Amino acid sequence: HIATSLPLPSERDHLRPCIDLIVFVIDIKSKFSLKNVEASLAYVDASFFMGKVYFLVTGVGRVNCCSIETNAVCKLGEAYCSPVLFCELELEAIRVTTAQRLLRVLQICAGLVPGFSALSFSLLMRNSADD
Amino acid sequence: ESADPQRTALLLRKAWTLYSVTPLYRFHRSRLREYARLLSAFIAAERQKGLAVEVGVELDIKVALSSLPELQGSQQDQPAVLVQLSSRSQASPKNSEDKILWSGCFCCMYGDDLSENMPEDFTCLPLFLANGAESYMSVVGNWFQKTFDCSFRRLAISPFNLSWMVAMWAGYKVDKAASAVELVFSVPRLPQPLDISYAIHPEDAKALWDTIQKTPGEITQEEVDVFMDCLYSHFHRHFKIRLSATKLVKVSTAIASAHCDGIVKMLHSQYLSRVLMLLTELAISQIQ
Repeated sequence: HIATSLPLPSERDHLRPCIDLIVFVIDIKSKFSLKNVEASLAYVDASFFMGKVYFLVTGVGRVNCCSIETNAVCKLGEAYCSPVLFCELELEAIRVTTAQRLLRVLQICAGLVPGFSALSFSLLMRNSADD
Repeated sequence: ESADPQRTALLLRKAWTLYSVTPLYRFHRSRLREYARLLSAFIAAERQKGLAVEVGVELDIKVALSSLPELQGSQQDQPAVLVQLSSRSQASPKNSEDKILWSGCFCCMYGDDLSENMPEDFTCLPLFLANGAESYMSVVGNWFQKTFDCSFRRLAISPFNLSWMVAMWAGYKVDKAASAVELVFSVPRLPQPLDISYAIHPEDAKALWDTIQKTPGEITQEEVDVFMDCLYSHFHRHFKIRLSATKLVKVSTAIASAHCDGIVKMLHSQYLSRVLMLLTELAISQIQ
């Protein structure tokens, strides 16, 4: 399911399956996308921040077009205890790899991978990013 | 410190294309005349090959290299080096004045970050400004790269850095007749390209900046963000367009103007060194 912002419209609440993972997409070329994500975060229940929220930053292929400082996004990730992934969705190969990665994350968050919980996996992701 | 207006005036009111340059190996300031001769010979040889030629023009190109001691920031900075290609039309050599075809300037304004731990044989002049035909830049660049084992790279300016520039420059004090503060945005992903130009009265821009800046002489990222957010929300209130979702491509103030392709124009002699200092910083971060 894709939404441009949160909260999701309440009319479809009863039809919606349970949410296993939320990925916030931030376009490094658009300051507005960061502001939008920051505003939407307020509508997310605290329990999601135990490994079921990820930040996906796109547009990193074009360093000269950035309107946001990567530091600001990393700080956001730290503030919400959620991993930050960097990608370039405009390149097909990277788009495919990123999708595969997110699907894997989703499987873990939905509890379909034995031995991994959403929380333990996100701690793994965040610690490796710090190195 | 203001530099001697006469000599540095040649930097004003021209559109300069920016490059970052890695340190030059074994560059000796005492040999500028010799370098000029060598560069001149190189250009002549390239023209024989058919490069660096302006169509239909028979020119005798003169090369001059000079030092600009007025253009340096700290004691550790290397003084700027000016390269000029000029021509005298062969038709009337006695009467006509030399016409400057192309100018280039190597510069380092408070580049201590780079020059700090530099070994002796290297000269740090990380910022290069070029004005004139691209074909001359190509030849001159090639010669410097071959002779001093350095590397030139176009310096683009991101929207992030452009917003720093406009916030900083809009805050400087200028006389009453100052030109408007203008920001140009390019709207992405439309079938036909659309540019939005947002012009603000310079006094209003300065008044806004003055309410935001807490410590005179110091600027923080937060202050720049607040300044830009104010401009964006003002625009949104009137036109219902979110400028923060577009790409900032050009900023213009009475001090200077800058385009994201790495083209700047410096307009005010009093603030020339501050603009060069900012550009030097950008060049150094591209090198490192």
